[in-house]
Amino acid sequence: MDRDLGQDLLEQVNQALNRRTPLHIQGGNSKAMLGRPVTGQVIDTRGHRGIVGYDPTELVLTARAGTPLREVEATLYEAGQMLACEPPHLGPEATLGGMVAAGLSGPRRPWAGSVRDYVLGTRLITGHGKLLRFGGEVMKNVAGYDVARLMAGSFGCLGLLTEVSLKVLPRPRQCLGLRLEMSTQQALAALAEWGRQALPISAACHDGEALHLRLEGGEGSVRSARERLGGEAFDTGFWQDLREQRLAFFTAPATLWRLSLPMACGALELPGQQLIDWGGAQRWLKSDAPASIIRALAAEAGGHATAYAPGDDSSAPLGPLMLRYHQALKRQLDPQGVFNPGRLYAHL
Amino acid sequence: MNILYDERVDGPLPAVDKPALLAALREALPDLQILHRSEDLKPYECDGLSAYRSLPLLVALPERLEQVQALMRLCHQRGVPVVARGAGTGLSGGALPLSQGILLVMARFNRILEVNPQGRFARVQPGVRNLAISQAAAPHGLYYAPDPSSQIACSIGGNVAENAGGVHCLKYGLTVHNLLKVEILTVEGERLVLGSDALDSPGFDLLALFTGSEGMLGVVTEVTVKLLPRPQVTRVLLASFDSVEGAGGAVAEIIGAGIIPAGLEMMDNLAIRAAEDFIHAGYPLDAAAILLCELDGVEADVQDDCARVDAVLRKAGAREVRLACDEAERVRFWAGRKNAFPAVGRISPDYYCMDGTIPRRELPRVLKGISALSRQYGLRVANVFHAGDGNLHPLILFDANLPGELERAEAIGGQILELCVAVGGSITGEHGVGREKINQMCAQFNSDEITLFHAVKAAFDPRGLLNPGKNIPTLQRCAEFGALHVHHGQLPFPDLERF
Repeated sequence: MDRDLGQDLLEQVNQALNRRTPLHIQGGNSKAMLGRPVTGQVIDTRGHRGIVGYDPTELVLTARAGTPLREVEATLYEAGQMLACEPPHLGPEATLGGMVAAGLSGPRRPWAGSVRDYVLGTRLITGHGKLLRFGGEVMKNVAGYDVARLMAGSFGCLGLLTEVSLKVLPRPRQCLGLRLEMSTQQALAALAEWGRQALPISAACHDGEALHLRLEGGEGSVRSARERLGGEAFDTGFWQDLREQRLAFFTAPATLWRLSLPMACGALELPGQQLIDWGGAQRWLKSDAPASIIRALAAEAGGHATAYAPGDDSSAPLGPLMLRYHQALKRQLDPQGVFNPGRLYAHL
Repeated sequence: MNILYDERVDGPLPAVDKPALLAALREALPDLQILHRSEDLKPYECDGLSAYRSLPLLVALPERLEQVQALMRLCHQRGVPVVARGAGTGLSGGALPLSQGILLVMARFNRILEVNPQGRFARVQPGVRNLAISQAAAPHGLYYAPDPSSQIACSIGGNVAENAGGVHCLKYGLTVHNLLKVEILTVEGERLVLGSDALDSPGFDLLALFTGSEGMLGVVTEVTVKLLPRPQVTRVLLASFDSVEGAGGAVAEIIGAGIIPAGLEMMDNLAIRAAEDFIHAGYPLDAAAILLCELDGVEADVQDDCARVDAVLRKAGAREVRLACDEAERVRFWAGRKNAFPAVGRISPDYYCMDGTIPRRELPRVLKGISALSRQYGLRVANVFHAGDGNLHPLILFDANLPGELERAEAIGGQILELCVAVGGSITGEHGVGREKINQMCAQFNSDEITLFHAVKAAFDPRGLLNPGKNIPTLQRCAEFGALHVHHGQLPFPDLERF
C-alpha cells in the first residue's frame, strides 16, 4: 500500500505549470464543506502514502501527505501516543495532508495547541515546480522562515504538501468525562476561574443545559479534580462525537457556523442554536440568518465566523491591507496561480 | 568569509546621504531622539554576539508608534535600510547594525498595556522584558512560559523576532506557541495585525510566518501573549552517568515511559566541572554526564512521575539519582545549569556558544564528532544540552588574544553546525540565524529552498530594506561558501556560476 509518488506528483504539477492549468488538490475530500469550490484538474494525493518515520521516543512522526489520518492515529495509539490537537477527520478518508492544509483542531485545542503548533516540517511542491523541504524532524528549528507552519490552514493555496513531520505526545494515563448542570453564564464564569488554576481540564463544552468537562492527566490529579468539581461521570465517547460533529446538535438542518472568539467574551445572543466548545473560545452555531449578521456578531465579540458550507461566504473576509499581503504572498509562492485558485478567497 | 555585510556577496546596499537623511528625519520628527555622533553610536555597534561589530549610520530611539510609522515611511521613500533592535541580547547578530542603515531601537516601548486574568493573556509593548510579563501576571497565579536564559533582560519584541526558546520548550513550546496576536508595521509603515484575540484568524497563518523572521518582514509594535496557570509544584531530579551515551539513552527511556518533563537538561564533564567550581551546586565532579529532570504540575501527579522517572533513570544505568529535597536544593541544582555559560567563561578567556538541534538518538554520534573536532582544532568544547528537545549548546573555549584562535573557534563552530545538519538536525534551535550562521544556511538548505525564502521576503519587503543581510543568504554567498565546503559529496549549488 505504501508508495512514494512524490516524483509523479511533481510531474503533474510541472505539466500544470507548463500548460497553466489550475489544479484542484484533493486528499480524502473530507473538508470540501469549507472554503470555495475550485475549478481545476484534480490532483489526488491518496496514492502517495505511508508513514516514513516514527520513533515514539523522539516524539516525531513523518508520513506522506496521502496517508489516511486513521492509519496515523492507529499507529500512534499502539505506541501509547496521540495527535494532541485532535484534528477532526470529518470523513473516513481524511488524509494527513488534508489535516494540515485545513488546519482544524479538536476539543483539546485551547489546552494543547493547534495543528499548526505540532507541525515540525513539510515537504512541498512549489509554484516553481520544485519539491522542497522546510522545517524538519526536530522540536526546535528557527533556521529561515517558518514555511512549514505557514502551510497549516493554507488550504493548499501556497503549494502541494507531500510529506509532513509532526510532534506527537504520550496519551494521558487517565481520562474522565464530567457532566455538571449549570447555565451558560455560570459555566463560562467557572471556566474563567478554573483556567487560572492547575486543573487537568482538557476539553470543555456547554450544550445549553450542562457543562461537559474532560479531565486528563495522572491518576492523582484526575481523582482530586473530580472530587473538587463534583458532577456526574459520563461516557468519554462524547468527545469523539463532538470532534467529528456527530452530536445531535450538528444534525439540525440549518447552516453550521464556527465562531472563533476570545476565550473570555462571555455568553452571546446568537440567531440560532449554539454549542459552546473550547471552553468558550469556539462556538458552534446552527443558523439560517444572513452571513453578514453572523459575521458582524462574531466581529463585535472580537473574533470571526466560518461557514461549514462551500461558497463565497465560507471564509471570513480579510481587510484590504491583509488581502493585499495575502495576494502578494500567493503571487510569490504560486506565480501562475495553479494551486487551488480561489479555494479560500475569490482573488487568491 | 567575513561575517560583516559584504556588498560583493550580500548584494549592493543603497547609498545613503547621512547629513541629508538626518536633516529630513529632524524636520519630519522634531521630537524623535536620534543619535548620529560616533561616540553615541558606539554602544549600539553590536548585540549579544559581541565578536561582530559595525557602527550604525544613525540610531533612532522612538517612544510613540506614530514616530516609528513616520520613520518607516520616510526610510521607505528614501530607500534607507532599517535594522530593528529590542534589548540587544540576541546571540546570533540579528540586530547587528549596518553602516548604511538606521538602527531602530524599540526598547522605550516598555509598557504593559493589559493583563487579563479571565482571558489569560497579556498585551504588551515590544520593549517589555520577558520576565516582567511573568512578574506582572504573578498576582493572578499566571505566568508567561517561554524563558530564554536572557529573560531578565531580553524584550518580548526580540523574542517574537527570534522565536525564542528556553529550558521548558518540550512541554510548553517556543514563543510561536505562546502568542495570540502581534501587531507589526510593514516596511511601508502600514499597521498589520497578525493573529487575533481568538485562538485563530482567517487566511494564512502569518503570525507563524512572522514569528522568528528576524525583523526581515516587519517591525513588531505590540504583542499579546498567552498566560498559563503556575504549576502547583515543581520537583527536580539530578542523575549522574558514567557515559554520555547512558545519559542520552535515559532521556529516550523517560519520554518512552510517557512522561513529558518540564525541563530535561544534560551537561558533560567539562561543563559539570566548570559549573561546580563556580556555583557549588553539588554536582558529581567525576560523572561523564548529568541529567537534570524537572517535573511540574499537580502535586499527586508530580509525586507519581518522580517515582517513575527515578526508576527509569536507575534502570537506564544512572549511578546516582537525587531528588532535590527542598526548594533551596532545587534552585541550587538549576543554578549550576543556568550559570553554565558564565562558569565556562571563568575557565577560558573567551567562549563561543553554538545552538544546533539534532534528533536525540543521534546524540552519541554528534558528541563523538564534536570531540574529534575538538582534538583536530586543539580547542576544548563543553557541552550543555536541552536534552528533551534535542537542542545542543556546545561551548567552544578559546583565547581571542592568541593569533588564529578566534578563526579556529569559528571554523569548528561552523563544522559542528554542519554535523547537526548531516544527522538530520538544524543549525539553530533558538538563537536564530542572524548574521552568525548565514553561511551555514547554505548547508541546511539548497538553492531552490533559499530562493523560496527570498520569495517570501519579496512579498513583504520587495526592495529588501528590512534588516538586509540577515537570516537568508544570497545565492552568491552560498556559491562562495559552497566552493569552500563540499556537502554530501556534492557541491551544494551545482547549477550556479562560480566566481
